[in-house]
Amino acid sequence: MIESAATFAFACFALAMLMNLWKVVTAPDVADRILALDTMFINAIALMVLYGMALGTEIFFEAAMIIAMLGFVSTVAYARFILRGNIIE
Amino acid sequence: MKLIWRLFPHPFLTLLLTLTWLLMVNRWSLNSLVFGFLLGVVIPFVTQPFWPNRPNLRRPFKIAEYILVVLLDIVQANIIVARIVLFKPNADRRPNWITIPLDLKTPEAITALAGTITMTPGTLSADVSDEGHALLVHCLDAPNPDAVRDEIKQRYERRLMEIFE
Amino acid sequence: METLFEFLVAAFLVTAGIFGIVGSFGLIKLNDQMSRLHAPTKATTLGVGGVLLASMLHAAAFEKYFSYHELMITLFLFLTAPITANFIAKVHIHRQETRDTMPEAGGDDHWATHDTPEDEERRSAEQTPPAED
Repeated sequence: MIESAATFAFACFALAMLMNLWKVVTAPDVADRILALDTMFINAIALMVLYGMALGTEIFFEAAMIIAMLGFVSTVAYARFILRGNIIE
Repeated sequence: MKLIWRLFPHPFLTLLLTLTWLLMVNRWSLNSLVFGFLLGVVIPFVTQPFWPNRPNLRRPFKIAEYILVVLLDIVQANIIVARIVLFKPNADRRPNWITIPLDLKTPEAITALAGTITMTPGTLSADVSDEGHALLVHCLDAPNPDAVRDEIKQRYERRLMEIFE
Repeated sequence: METLFEFLVAAFLVTAGIFGIVGSFGLIKLNDQMSRLHAPTKATTLGVGGVLLASMLHAAAFEKYFSYHELMITLFLFLTAPITANFIAKVHIHRQETRDTMPEAGGDDHWATHDTPEDEERRSAEQTPPAED
């Protein structure tokens, strides 16, 4: 039962990432593009944790944590760059 | 007493750092508790010049109740937003801006309120006014904006007032 | 007992998958920029939260060790999601709106994103009374 549920979740998050990618390419404005990239980061975390769970190792936890932190920082840096023209004042 | 304050300039930060270290290690042992506590003492002590002010918590135990209320609301918010996304046609939706006048004064309390509003049903905090007396909130679907404003003030701001001021 | 845990893990995984895909679908479906912000910030937190809960439960029930560091990612996401959403909302206000198209700012003059250096000077001049010679 868990295998089929995990496969379903894999498919969902992979499809979600594809939709985000589509949005990154076709977005009308830069705010949408930042949002789509941020969502992509979150979906990547979910995929990473799922993969670690399917393989039964803990190694992927650190990768997921680093993606979470990088995702946050890069989203904020990108938004800040557009708001103020530079990142660290 | 003064010595203790100098050694632990931010007691909550010390607690948080110890807890974070324990979570990072992921295996319970006395060694990691001691090392985490050491980090929790050293890091606030070294970075003290960057945080001159201490947040003023009047009733820290009310935080538990607040977190519980917000967690339940987050689950509810997810279901509401998912239903709007899936089943409501765009033409029927009424997106709306709401201005919420703030009674909270401290920046920590306003930040907590803004974060809560973003995580709870159908609302998203977007901006504060230039002198910090009002909060701009965007609603995904709000036929009646005044009701949303009153609920936020009643449900979250009142509780935060009790905790912070 | 084993079956119960299996059922719980599977249920968490399926709900997480559904919420994850709804969040990204909302990004495509909703038609105005501010509304699009709602879907990912909310639906994905529960999506990722569900996966992490399932992972914790899986480790505790089937691999015989308690793993609680997943809580850290969940907490981190719960704390950072409002901040990223706020920043993206500010980008939207900065690029698409002007002072006149925004609603009234309570008792104040305008919203913080539309602040200019001149406003800042005016405020600091109001706070510090002019020096008397």
